[in-house]
Amino acid sequence: MQAVNVRLIQVALLTVLLGGWQLGVTTGVIDRFFFPAPLDIVQQVITWVIDPGFYKHVGITLSETVLGYLIGTGLGVAAGVWLGLSPFTARILDPFIKAINAIPRVVLAPIFVLWLGLGLWSKVALAVTLVFFVTFFNAMQGVREVNPVVLSNTRILGARRSDLLRHVYFPAAASWILSSLRTSVGFAVVGAIIGEYLGASAGLGYLIARAEGNFDAVGVFAGIIILAVFVLIIDLLLDCRRKAPDHLAPQGRRRTPGLSGSTNVR
Amino acid sequence: MSIAAAKIEAVSQPGLPPMVTIDDVTMAFGSFVAVENVNLTVGNGEFLSIVGPTGCGKSTILNAIAGLLKPAKGEVSIDGAPVKSVQNNIGYLFQQDALLPWKTAFQNVELGLMFRGVPVEERRVKVMAWLEKVGLKGFEGRFPHQLSGGQRKRVQMAQALITEPKVILMDEPFSALDIHTRHLMQNELLRLWQEDRRAVVMITHDLEEAIALGDRVVVLAAGPRSRVIESFGVDLERPRNVSEIKLDPKFMTLYRDIWASLRGEVEKSYASR
Repeated sequence: MQAVNVRLIQVALLTVLLGGWQLGVTTGVIDRFFFPAPLDIVQQVITWVIDPGFYKHVGITLSETVLGYLIGTGLGVAAGVWLGLSPFTARILDPFIKAINAIPRVVLAPIFVLWLGLGLWSKVALAVTLVFFVTFFNAMQGVREVNPVVLSNTRILGARRSDLLRHVYFPAAASWILSSLRTSVGFAVVGAIIGEYLGASAGLGYLIARAEGNFDAVGVFAGIIILAVFVLIIDLLLDCRRKAPDHLAPQGRRRTPGLSGSTNVR
Repeated sequence: MSIAAAKIEAVSQPGLPPMVTIDDVTMAFGSFVAVENVNLTVGNGEFLSIVGPTGCGKSTILNAIAGLLKPAKGEVSIDGAPVKSVQNNIGYLFQQDALLPWKTAFQNVELGLMFRGVPVEERRVKVMAWLEKVGLKGFEGRFPHQLSGGQRKRVQMAQALITEPKVILMDEPFSALDIHTRHLMQNELLRLWQEDRRAVVMITHDLEEAIALGDRVVVLAAGPRSRVIESFGVDLERPRNVSEIKLDPKFMTLYRDIWASLRGEVEKSYASR
């Protein structure tokens, strides 16, 4: 009963909001140039969705996201485990890591374009810089928080350093990485889109930038909606993946709630 | 039969071959001296209980035997070989959970054999046999968080004993369990130990447990600078039943004697707080 009511109120709210907006535009109260009519936006979205050429842009953004995620996670895990295992190196590198992490990643985009060109890889690089730190800090935390008793026990059982890495440190880090999966994928999307927005020849971010360049507010809004759906679909896919086995949840804090909050609705 | 009888006899004799020798060992953390000039010998097949007030450095002694900590002074040796690094010929039963949470009971028990390069098939047979021995047949696929506290302890026992260690170290192994489970596990432990007697060093603050399980009970002084103050032989017949042995008059006499020695140290350790 409660759930149905919530849904009804949500639909009513949306209807009032969009209906009022549409009404405002048709009566001329709202300026069409800045706030295009919802119906026009929907039309634009439909035009894009039925156009096969549109999927080239989706594909490019998707591959940038995936590549950025994979490379960023890979590097983050490697660096996190390494620094987690050698506190001395970690102490030396600490101020540098903090400094680099303090740089707003957006300002790196022009440099990446300069280095890697307008194509795919400058976006991947931007996504990597965002994803890397999330995974890096989580992996380092995971390694550092390995229970010393578990470690002693495994060593007494005869584990060499490589065995410890494989059977203790990596699984410990993996559990933390799994729990930060949604955050890091989100960052990968942000990196890819911002990279495209600031300079590209294809991709969803590019579509928005192009519409903006033409003072085409309909295009900008339609792009935003497409992006939202894009992220929601990724989120949904992650939801299935996130049904990770319980034993891989970090020790002491099982099952962290999703960051987007979308899981709370269900 | 005759061999078993001879073994039991050998235990009560003071002159059995030494397995663990702790020679004038001092353990220190910076300027804090936990234990000082400790001399202990554990015979092969002997079950030694160490009791002492909390914070007297009992665990540091075990960690020195295991090679996890280096003594500031003195030397520890196992079966004649000095302990220089982490030892692989021992089994260590920790107070806390020491199982890998991302591995099943089977995989956890398998670890020691895997690190030693035992072939897969041989490993499987041995692990299944050990899981059955500790009463966990059918639980091999469970993860630690799917097992009860007692069951996790059983897995830990199998994990520590499967490598057939020369010495078994136990650090208050059952203190986290409820009293019934504890008695059950103590009996279980005695049964397993009886099968092929190995040297055992068990640390506990539970005097009943120390007497019920051990061949000898050593009392440590209150820390810091703790040392061995007295050693009591436990002249109780084996096999023992932990829950019934407490009614034995010999047990009660022993308890009274050891407690008389331990009480002063416990009071001292409280007075110094």
